[in-house]
Amino acid sequence: MWEYTNKVQQHFLHPKNVGEIEKPDGIGEVGSLACGDALKLTFKLDDKGVIADAKFKTFGCASAIASSSVLTEMIIGMTLEEAAKVTNEDIADRLGGLPKEKMHCSVMGREALESAIANYRGLKLPMAEGEIVCECFGVTDLEIIRAIKESNLRSVEEITNFTKAGGGCGKCIDRLREILMATVHQGVDIKKIAEKPKRMTTLQKIKKIEEALEREIRPGLRKDGGDIELVDVDGDFVMVSLRGSCTSCAKSQTTLKEYVEKKLRELVLDSLIVEESK
Amino acid sequence: MMNPEEAVYMDNNATTRVAPEVLEAMMPYLRDYYGNPSSMHRFGGQVGAAIAEAREKVANLLGADPEEIVFTSCGTESDSTAIFSALQSFPDKRHIVTTRVEHPAVKNLCESLDTLTGHKHRLSRLMVDSDGTLDLQKYEEALADDTAIVSIMWANNETGVIFPIAEMARMARERGILFHTDAVQAVGKVPINLKELDVDFLSLSGHKLHGPKGIGVLYVRRGTPFVPFLVGGHQERGRRGGTENVASIVGLGCACDLAATHMAEENSRVKALRDKLEQGLLAAIPHSMLNGHKTDRLPNTSNISFEYVEGEAILLHMDQYNICASSGSACTSGSLEPSHVLRAMGVPFTAAHGSIRYSLSIYNTEAEIDFVLEKMPPIIAGLRQMSPFWKVDA
Repeated sequence: MWEYTNKVQQHFLHPKNVGEIEKPDGIGEVGSLACGDALKLTFKLDDKGVIADAKFKTFGCASAIASSSVLTEMIIGMTLEEAAKVTNEDIADRLGGLPKEKMHCSVMGREALESAIANYRGLKLPMAEGEIVCECFGVTDLEIIRAIKESNLRSVEEITNFTKAGGGCGKCIDRLREILMATVHQGVDIKKIAEKPKRMTTLQKIKKIEEALEREIRPGLRKDGGDIELVDVDGDFVMVSLRGSCTSCAKSQTTLKEYVEKKLRELVLDSLIVEESK
Repeated sequence: MMNPEEAVYMDNNATTRVAPEVLEAMMPYLRDYYGNPSSMHRFGGQVGAAIAEAREKVANLLGADPEEIVFTSCGTESDSTAIFSALQSFPDKRHIVTTRVEHPAVKNLCESLDTLTGHKHRLSRLMVDSDGTLDLQKYEEALADDTAIVSIMWANNETGVIFPIAEMARMARERGILFHTDAVQAVGKVPINLKELDVDFLSLSGHKLHGPKGIGVLYVRRGTPFVPFLVGGHQERGRRGGTENVASIVGLGCACDLAATHMAEENSRVKALRDKLEQGLLAAIPHSMLNGHKTDRLPNTSNISFEYVEGEAILLHMDQYNICASSGSACTSGSLEPSHVLRAMGVPFTAAHGSIRYSLSIYNTEAEIDFVLEKMPPIIAGLRQMSPFWKVDA
């Protein structure tokens, strides 16, 4: 028997926002029947770009249902930018914590949200990118590395709890240990693993650009009251739109070329060309 | 704590209620007669008589001789004892025949033998059909010159499917191969007469037949080569060291007596309740299906899949009504994959994750069946409304 918090039980027995929004602005679908859990998240924005409504449909255990329910409660009233910052830890915290073996349920919530936001922005994120490490649950190295970094994971068991990788036949456990060691011990080697595929598909580029924007670029712009949105990726051309104080900044073109483009070339692909979408 | 009176307990393949008669029989040996049966004084020695009586009762239920009964601590110990004994008795034989649907006590032991013994072993793990039954011809083909032991369960704990033990044991005997059966789920539910069978080892567990937890039995046919698993004192005629768990042994003896008395009821009234529950659920809930053979099955077990919903969520809703059962879903096991039994049967993923096992006992009533039949359909419907895979017109 799992030790679920009252909050988990409450959201499981009386879930909020069950259903599917008709004509939603964003749809995110993750998981599968085979994996044992799946989540379909839909949301609608108001004219100010704030999430006015969000609904979910979930196949899964109590913690999967509770994570989905609490997620919809959290993001209603948020702007997309705010929602994009919601982490799986936020979801678990809001539930008063989840059993460690069930953390992957909160990760599923975050993935569905990400996927729904990408869907709204017209960026189709594939479910799995990078190199598949766990074949049973279709988990890639990129997802594993991200979980290790974001949730500060320190063992293969924790990786399984958060991503499900290694929870099936167990054949990938050695590989998981390698990735864990590389990620934890050598910052340099992380990139080597993450950036191995030199010829990236557009979808892979998009995900990596989004990651780079979120982690490396936005924090810098935000210090000056600005922000940046990815609009499109066409071959090596990256279309972005500057927001906030950046829009009126005389140096915005310099920022784009000298800061954003340089960073993306360094982190994603050295042939990228950044342009402002007007 | 949940009040035991309120529990609608349908998880008897997991464990059973200790029969009031069993508890009563045990109490004097916990409270008053604490002597050690190995002692020379009468105070201890008299306890030995109680053990002998219990041994006889166990032997009677199985159609065995009392000397063929070895008390152990649990079913798992019995299984390990039988398999290790055979491997040590025949050091040149390194092949084991078993199935894909064994209880972890046998399955995980066989799979880790190489590490445990330092020897290489060849394992033949027999597949089952979609109804959970074994193919006798494939079984026969698997028996080899270097087979040390066959270990096949009498009845499956998840589906209740019964295997043709008599025939399989005979085929092993003809080839000089030892035959072990984990009969933990079968004892007390189906008649067993070991005198008429070619079974060499049989495991049973007290708490599955209204006895206490922490007591098991390994039946060892007279003349079967035997190497003890727990080495120590001369208890159990040197076949299992360790001071006897006297109260539990006495309790198990009583439980075996009761089981013999209740066997007919188990196969008539309990079976009828099980059938009513099963047919009622399958009729009331669309996209539900029975897992396991319809007739070659324990009288108390029903394993039903409700498609497009997940087992743990179902169980926790049932728990709101104090209904106790179990599931083959991944989430309930703590692992991430659904039951190895259902997967071996090829139950589709849409159904494996949503499987619920109801296992009844003589303590269940018709009113409880009606209660479950009333509560299950709305639970499943509610979860399906939430499921992205459930289509209203499906």
